[in-house]
Amino acid sequence: MIEYVLLGDALVRATPLIIAGLAVAVAFRAGVLNIGAEGQLLVGAATSVAVSVSAAAIGIAVIPLALVAGAVAGALWAGIAAELRRRFHVLEIISTIMLNFIALHMVSFLVRGPLQEPSRIYPQTESLPLAAQLPIIAPGTRLHLGFLIAIAIACLLAWVFRSTAAGFRIRAVGSNRSAAASAGMINVDRTTYRVFLISGSLAGLAGAVEVSGVTFALYENISPGYGYTAIAVALIAGLKPTRVIASGIFFGILETGAGALQRDFGIPSSTALVTEALLILLAIGLASIRGRSTHPFSSR
Amino acid sequence: MSAFEAFMEGTIRTATPLAFAALGETVVERSGLINIGLEGAIIAGAFGGFVAAGFGGAWFGFAAAGISGIAVALVFAFFAVRLRADQIIAGTAISLLALGITATLNRLLFGSDSSTAGISTMETLPIPGLSSLPIIGRALFSQPPITYLLYLAIPATWWWMYRTHAGLGLRATGEDPRAAIVAGVPVNRLQYGAVLFGGFMGGIAGGTLVIAQAGSFAEGMSAGRGFIAVAIVVLGRWHPVGAAGAAVVFGAASALQYLFQAMGWSLPYQVFLALPYVLTLLVLASVTGRASAPAGLGKWGTTD
Repeated sequence: MIEYVLLGDALVRATPLIIAGLAVAVAFRAGVLNIGAEGQLLVGAATSVAVSVSAAAIGIAVIPLALVAGAVAGALWAGIAAELRRRFHVLEIISTIMLNFIALHMVSFLVRGPLQEPSRIYPQTESLPLAAQLPIIAPGTRLHLGFLIAIAIACLLAWVFRSTAAGFRIRAVGSNRSAAASAGMINVDRTTYRVFLISGSLAGLAGAVEVSGVTFALYENISPGYGYTAIAVALIAGLKPTRVIASGIFFGILETGAGALQRDFGIPSSTALVTEALLILLAIGLASIRGRSTHPFSSR
Repeated sequence: MSAFEAFMEGTIRTATPLAFAALGETVVERSGLINIGLEGAIIAGAFGGFVAAGFGGAWFGFAAAGISGIAVALVFAFFAVRLRADQIIAGTAISLLALGITATLNRLLFGSDSSTAGISTMETLPIPGLSSLPIIGRALFSQPPITYLLYLAIPATWWWMYRTHAGLGLRATGEDPRAAIVAGVPVNRLQYGAVLFGGFMGGIAGGTLVIAQAGSFAEGMSAGRGFIAVAIVVLGRWHPVGAAGAAVVFGAASALQYLFQAMGWSLPYQVFLALPYVLTLLVLASVTGRASAPAGLGKWGTTD
């Protein structure tokens, strides 16, 4: 029984990691180094809460509305970095990280100001009404509908990559920009831009799902670095959408386990972060050793 | 202290760690590498400096901070130079690694809250004469000694980069590593050296935060300064003096709140906290003429 609940917790934890991991995987596949999933997730969460609270009167229909609003907000937040890259050639690795910090301070402002709960005791928003909360899918656990949404999106993306023209364009741009451009059929800049928005919308959705399914309110530490872990999730999955499910669950178990170790044995949960970082290094180390034989001057 | 003096002092105080980090990263980028793991060197330096300063005082703390930064940079150098792995991803992972290790050690050594285990911060050392200059004297010359070392490090880095044979080799490597190899430049050795120097300076930056300013360590207290420093390198056009000047611009932006307070304007404090990051974006968007970037920057083993 305890194992059942723990597994539920691990899958709950995996849900935002899978969705945000997909966001990172889509971007990296197209050569867009979006390190900003964290900020896009926060903005998505904030927008989603604002919509849920203010449109609660419409009942159950508020859920899809709040999720879409979160996704749109994430896309707009990523759009700032996309626009900076397109117009001013600003490296997205820097711009998205800066946007993460700006989003963090924005959430801090919102939950201590305009969105603070009416009694103004805690720096958080009021709780979502029951109608705005994602339904539980496994009785006795906290596992909510968001997990199935994550699986569905992963399958959808796998199909897009494998079988559609858009997926081909993304893969082509990611594997060799100049070849994709000179092939003539692909507008590299437009593809890059759209991928940025799709990536941002997924990260925003991850935030929306987290507040609608788990926290039911917005507060400052709503994300324990989901957006950063998502980078590890995506890289360990080799940027393949269906494998992101497995690696997201793996990291969910890792982080839930780290939390349990901290509770039971006093081992700091930040050891999970160390493990994740080492796994990323292992992944790129192996990739570059493999790539070496064919490309003496490049890892790709 | 007048509001303007407070502003100037805040400017230099905020600029000091940024300038250390950016000076190191300037050398790294002139060698053709881009080390996003600088953030990790800063947090490692902050933690290493905090622990060591508690045992052996400020200077011992700074030595440990520098060594901690070098240790983090060594990991980056292995991946970027030895394996020629993707620099951006390696740098990101190394930042996460250092943030995770410092957080873990901090909780193991001090429990969840190390602010109780504070150290006494480095005393300011007013320079006789200079510190009584009007307007700028107090801000520039009534600082902890580490700031004066920064003043020396800026011209020293410039001199090494532009007036020595090794500095020429470094710049040649940054422009075209393959041509540099053909010309007999020890590219790998120079890149290793540059990355380790960058890590050392990042470590000192972290040490400055703790030993000369906060007096305590907090998880994640590097707060993106490594990434801001990368932007400062761009604004400073990959030149040591430019980097120092750009760091002052960022320091001024952070210190604006003192002027605002004095003028009685009130804004949510989060605006001032977010300002350096907004400024980074504006700076990167407005710096045109990107031809001044080392031509080979990040080309080796990185996407694109």
